[in-house]
Amino acid sequence: MSATSATSDEVLIGRIANGDRLAMQVLFARHHVRVFRFVLRLVRNEATAEDLISEVFLDVWRQAGKFEGRSAVSTWLLSIARFKALSVLRRKPELELDEETAEAIEDTSDTPDVTLEKKQKADIIRKCLSGLSNEHREIVDLVYYHEKSVEEVAEIVGIPEATVKTRMFYARKKLAELLKAQGIERGWP
Amino acid sequence: MNTMKKEAEELPEDVELLLPWHAAGTLSRRDAARVEQALANDNELAARYDMVREELGEAIRLNETLGAPSARAMQTLFAKIDAEPARKPRASFNIGVWLTDFVTGFQPRTLAYGATAAALAIVLQAGILAGVFVKEGSVGFTSASLTTNEPASYVAVRFNPQASAADITKFLADNKATIVGGPASGGMFKLRVSDSSLSEAELSAIVKTMSASPVVGLAAKAN
Repeated sequence: MSATSATSDEVLIGRIANGDRLAMQVLFARHHVRVFRFVLRLVRNEATAEDLISEVFLDVWRQAGKFEGRSAVSTWLLSIARFKALSVLRRKPELELDEETAEAIEDTSDTPDVTLEKKQKADIIRKCLSGLSNEHREIVDLVYYHEKSVEEVAEIVGIPEATVKTRMFYARKKLAELLKAQGIERGWP
Repeated sequence: MNTMKKEAEELPEDVELLLPWHAAGTLSRRDAARVEQALANDNELAARYDMVREELGEAIRLNETLGAPSARAMQTLFAKIDAEPARKPRASFNIGVWLTDFVTGFQPRTLAYGATAAALAIVLQAGILAGVFVKEGSVGFTSASLTTNEPASYVAVRFNPQASAADITKFLADNKATIVGGPASGGMFKLRVSDSSLSEAELSAIVKTMSASPVVGLAAKAN
């Protein structure tokens, strides 16, 4: 995220703290898709993920006056989203086993401009990314898709920065093992 | 024990651990330069970096296929907001900034012994928690670290006698650790290093990192 948009987010939070509904709409429009995708990858159920993002932004509405700007707004949003998603998973552990949703996620690729071999490999990598545990999938998404630094991941997940690095390493190692089982040998680890 | 040692030993150098963040462009300029230099001098590392870039691309594509929520999410949100009671704008007091300024005012000579400094750190941490609870009131979001029911992970440490309260407070903040017990015999303090149950390898890596800190004289896993 650029410094300009980070500043804008903080300005929006200030306005939300004063009860500005329009600022809330802007913040929601800016971040709700990424928050939705982060939550969906954890709970694997679209209806639950939709319910959760309205809860996440409702917390923003309620807590905006307490936001101190020590982290990016997007990091704060993902921290709230993660907490709520894990709370739901604790209440409804069956959500982790929603195979229908997982398969739907895996089968949506379509890249006609690449060779069949590369496409197959890309498909398998995405399938294996989906096959990671919640803990590993979460850190891979935060680093690769949500562009979070080591420090930001540590804040969102609530673990030391050194553990962020090692957890990412083990997530990638597990991914390599899953790929190997699918016939893709990359020579590492 | 041997398994733990083996798992800790298999961790690569720090520069290799940073490859995912380098690919995503989220490293500091200094770390990015360090990784670039290592990549230029190590063909094997460069090959592994290509794998990281491949994973990065597919992780982005996978997430982009997830779609977006329906308009229902926004409608639900604003229906709930409309149902919220009206509130007054509130001023905010940044206790973190105040605490940092306050603690850094102490010099090592003022607080000569690690146990004393750690005791002060406990008081300050307790103050922060109390402050957070008072600030949060009875509604809304509190951080996961304060409210989760997941099993936590702990490390026992003995602080270096020369460590100041500021050193210990910074060490705790850097490692996302909280003092939850001590001092026990030998001046050992129990630290909660995660609200969740970490793997043996992750906990071993934390112990290794903490042991390398000049603030710490001894670190070991704890239950």
